[in-house]
Amino acid sequence: MARNLRLPSALVAALLFSLSACGGGEAGGDSSSEAATDDPLTGNLTVFAGASLTDVFTELGQRFESDHPNVEVTDYFNFGPSSGLATQINEGAPADVFASANTTQMDVVVDAGSADGEPTVFAENVLQIAVPPGNPAGITGLADFADPDLTLAICAPEVPCGVAAVTVFEAAGITPSVDSLEEDVRAALTKVELGEVDAALVYVTDVISAGGAVEGIEFPEAEEAVNSYPIAAVAAAPNPDAAQAWIEFVLSEAGAAVLEDAGFRAP
Amino acid sequence: MRNATAGTRIPLALLLPALVGFAFLVLPMVGLVIRAPWSDLLQRLAEPQVGQALRLSMITATIATAVSMVLGVPIAWVLARSNIRGRSILRALVTVPLVLPPVVGGVALFMVLGRRGIIGSWLYETFGFSLPFTTTAVVIAETFVAMPFLIISVEGALRAADARFEDAAATLGAGGWSTFHRVTLPLVAPGIAAGAVLCWARALGEFGATITFAGNFPGTTQTMPLAVYLALQSDPEAAIVLSLVLLAVSLATLALLRERWLTRR
Repeated sequence: MARNLRLPSALVAALLFSLSACGGGEAGGDSSSEAATDDPLTGNLTVFAGASLTDVFTELGQRFESDHPNVEVTDYFNFGPSSGLATQINEGAPADVFASANTTQMDVVVDAGSADGEPTVFAENVLQIAVPPGNPAGITGLADFADPDLTLAICAPEVPCGVAAVTVFEAAGITPSVDSLEEDVRAALTKVELGEVDAALVYVTDVISAGGAVEGIEFPEAEEAVNSYPIAAVAAAPNPDAAQAWIEFVLSEAGAAVLEDAGFRAP
Repeated sequence: MRNATAGTRIPLALLLPALVGFAFLVLPMVGLVIRAPWSDLLQRLAEPQVGQALRLSMITATIATAVSMVLGVPIAWVLARSNIRGRSILRALVTVPLVLPPVVGGVALFMVLGRRGIIGSWLYETFGFSLPFTTTAVVIAETFVAMPFLIISVEGALRAADARFEDAAATLGAGGWSTFHRVTLPLVAPGIAAGAVLCWARALGEFGATITFAGNFPGTTQTMPLAVYLALQSDPEAAIVLSLVLLAVSLATLALLRERWLTRR
């Protein structure tokens, strides 16, 4: 109701403004920014995002929806291994935005011409050792991953967290002796939460999102594999305006604060 | 087997949906064949991981089928022939793994057989033995998911079989076990064979319960479906090749078995 009253006065103000000083172009820009209070963004926004973004994007989605009440985003998230998502987007999946857990998989999408414009890095993440509460196996550092008597999991080398794992082991000069190469980082985390493995390599952010269900152990070699998270609109986005607004929101100060709370680093 | 009489025409009302259905089932496979990178097929097949995964798949699926037969045929008999109370509840429970998403099945197996599971924790504390992430875990996951297919087939065969032969055997003095293995088993052998084939095929394609409960490690727990899924994450063409290999080997195996078993009758 209040909006209906405000809108004509906004138009009047714009008209007066354009008459008094500036050209038509300026006035047009001004009136469109006023109309944004009536929120022109509508429809569904489909965001494809790496599995490690599950919690933080869900929270960002709720905030985005309260800013843009006509947009549905939380019901249209597709979280999974970034590599699988990249394949799906290149095969024509109806995504608006792609947020990848590493630059390699974003490149796959960019190289196929499926991205709209240059991707922007919005966060960084590093690996941490996750152990069940109380650390029953007494894990102290990365060197324990060479112990064949322990039950250990890392991500498969085909997915981003596995690529990072290979890098840190090479940097540390350790040949890991693991029992399972998990299909994504959440699967590795779940096995720690269930207490079925003594330790797994996951992201810092996964340890934080698991709350008290796992404990995290930092290790110095993690700095050798800092993962960058790029975001880009998809070229064939069904809802390009909402896609752009989402990306701006993730890159905004408010977005960065939420990301930081979840354990991500600013790029 | 009844043979179709030479002059039988297929009614149009059956022919049309049959053709549509057939195309629906076969076209995705054709798609795989068309997209396959034939030029480097041989090179990919020579990769040691492929042979390893294929061998593991064949061995575990076969053991899972054998276990399913040993445990599943008696269950089918109980469901079809006995008069115990709550039989329909029992039947519904037996088919739960069919409805359960396999990944959930894998988590459920952890709850029972994992290091902290109901039985698994006892195994671990007493013998220091833990099932998850072993080849045995692959067989367990496959058996859990595939056995219901065998049970349902065999139960159907038992219900369709003429129980009067069994009654006759019993009146002639044969005991329960003797009647079962000398009269009932030969009577429903084709049903058991069909159920075993279904069970084997399902075990061979098993993914969700296996990757959850047994994890994924080349040589010990990485079966072909797991290898296909992971290849898809980085190299979709390799995934297509692996899928075709799995498909070709399973079709060849089934065709061979059919030749040996069914042409004799």
